[in-house]
Amino acid sequence: MATIREAERHCGALFAAGEIPGFIHLSDGQEAVSVGVMAALRTDDTIASTHRGHGHALAKGLGLDGFFRELMGKADGACKGRGGSMHVADLSVGMLGANGIVGGGVAIALGSGLAQKLRGGDGLAVSFFGDGALAEGIIHEAFNIAKLKHVPILFVCENNGWSEFSPTSTQVSFTLEKLAAAYGIAWFGIDGSDVERVAQCAADIVARIRIERGPVVLECSTTRIRGHYEGDSQRYRNDPAPPVDPLAIARARLLDHGTAPAAIETIESTVNAIVNAAVDAARLSAEPSLQSALDDVYAQAGAAR
Amino acid sequence: MSEARFAHAINRSLDHAMAHDAKVVLLGEDIANAGGSFAVTRGLLDKYGPDRVIDMPIAENAIAGMAVGLAVGGFRPVIEIMFMDFMTLTMDALVNQAAKLHFMFGGQGAVPMVVRTQHGGGLNAGPQHSQCLEAWFAHVPGLKVVVPATLDDAYALLQSAIADPNPVIFVENKALYPMKGVLSDAPPAVPLGEARIARAGRDVTIVSYGAMVHKVMAAAQTLADDGIEAEVIDLRTVQPWDEACVLASLARTHRLVVAHEAVEAFGVGAEIVARMAQIGFDELDGPIMRVGGAFMPVPFGRTLEIDYMPGPAQVIAAVHGTYG
Repeated sequence: MATIREAERHCGALFAAGEIPGFIHLSDGQEAVSVGVMAALRTDDTIASTHRGHGHALAKGLGLDGFFRELMGKADGACKGRGGSMHVADLSVGMLGANGIVGGGVAIALGSGLAQKLRGGDGLAVSFFGDGALAEGIIHEAFNIAKLKHVPILFVCENNGWSEFSPTSTQVSFTLEKLAAAYGIAWFGIDGSDVERVAQCAADIVARIRIERGPVVLECSTTRIRGHYEGDSQRYRNDPAPPVDPLAIARARLLDHGTAPAAIETIESTVNAIVNAAVDAARLSAEPSLQSALDDVYAQAGAAR
Repeated sequence: MSEARFAHAINRSLDHAMAHDAKVVLLGEDIANAGGSFAVTRGLLDKYGPDRVIDMPIAENAIAGMAVGLAVGGFRPVIEIMFMDFMTLTMDALVNQAAKLHFMFGGQGAVPMVVRTQHGGGLNAGPQHSQCLEAWFAHVPGLKVVVPATLDDAYALLQSAIADPNPVIFVENKALYPMKGVLSDAPPAVPLGEARIARAGRDVTIVSYGAMVHKVMAAAQTLADDGIEAEVIDLRTVQPWDEACVLASLARTHRLVVAHEAVEAFGVGAEIVARMAQIGFDELDGPIMRVGGAFMPVPFGRTLEIDYMPGPAQVIAAVHGTYG
């Protein structure tokens, strides 16, 4: 969680300084979901993420070097500088990509879950999506199919209350709990800011999916600390309460359990150092060539499998 | 070698691919129990079971998106979208996800999936069950588009499409399904992107693909009776298309017509004509002509649709047009 927060802090600063181009959507406030869910997964389990996918990617195992180089559009980025923030991916660790389309990863995760089932092991897929995606038709298609076809998939809704620039209460007429019930899918709703709670719940659910081979919905209440995108003035926003910070909760919990403050500071300084090193290395990386991009418009024979 | 129908050629090709590669799985609406709305997948459920021939609910967007996940997960999904008109419902999965994944992930992975779908008029199926939308997909970097005209080509091109590591839109003209022809026991392999000279001729090149090839061949016979020998090129693959073959033919005949059933405006023909006007300009002895559907939705009524569909008469008129 500290690594994700520190990475996001650097992303915000690098974006403001013009070193990260394009649009970025920071996941500050949602770290506990990424870390808690991913703690229950293996490398061969797959995830499909969202436009707010930095935390998912890092928690699933994408390296910081490939991450920052990608966000800065460099030749040796995770995606050779062609995808950027909204498409960070590392198939070698089962991270099937952030996604620029709201709901765009849901059916990919569903297909990946079906692949896990057809392959015969006990692997599963996880589909991350936000509450804004509940208004997309693909959620309904995917729930129906997942249930009908017994697809081993965990649907994780990160409910931060915002559908881009609008309160989700003005966008969605139903609750996810009732939606899941309509499809006959088990639903669990938890405080997504409590990493221990997320990790425990995810571990239980994942263990169940590995055996029962079917879908489960996990709804995590979270806070979007930053705007929809970096640079968002958030004039539309008038939150009644201060943001809930999962890192502050985790820190207090650790101190309660007797962890020495110095140990936490060591974690923070270590994380700061490795993130700084990744950023410095990314700055030195080369720009990609147009020819190398052209070469990958189509996969060459032998690329599959 | 045996007589068969066009639909059988595709069925046998699917059968062959499934028999030789356990990673080939079929997904679609009514393809398993019902054997497909045009019976193209008939018998495959019994042979390969419900884990490989998978009936899906009516949810085209999810079917196409799932194929991406399956393909990245090591399978070779072949999905059926019952009518090409319904491809509108798959556009995010195909255009934003399947087409771009390999590229935007920096060359990681591949998306070896095939979308079988049916286009074409002539069945009075009306404006939402008849469209030829292949140009849309040919316009998207990362997708390939195949439109076979003969039984052997349908068989062989489907083998190539399934073996290809990229998403391939495999378009079957539904009016061809009952067409009888000769299907080789082992049709020769046809790589994607390679055109076929369906008829050699010295006077004019007519480029076409899919069911329109047969109408062009009929026109060529009539033209021959009048002393004009047309060379007919069956593109077979629309994206990537065989530019070299068309240019070489143009260099022999010096006249060019491009004919397809799809709406003429902004169609596949427009791209071919633009390229030939650029790289084959010195070869041209007359204006390039196009034949395609009128700029209107495909109409339903029997005589209306007959009047709408481009046929041999339009091709012949276009050939005469190349003489200025």
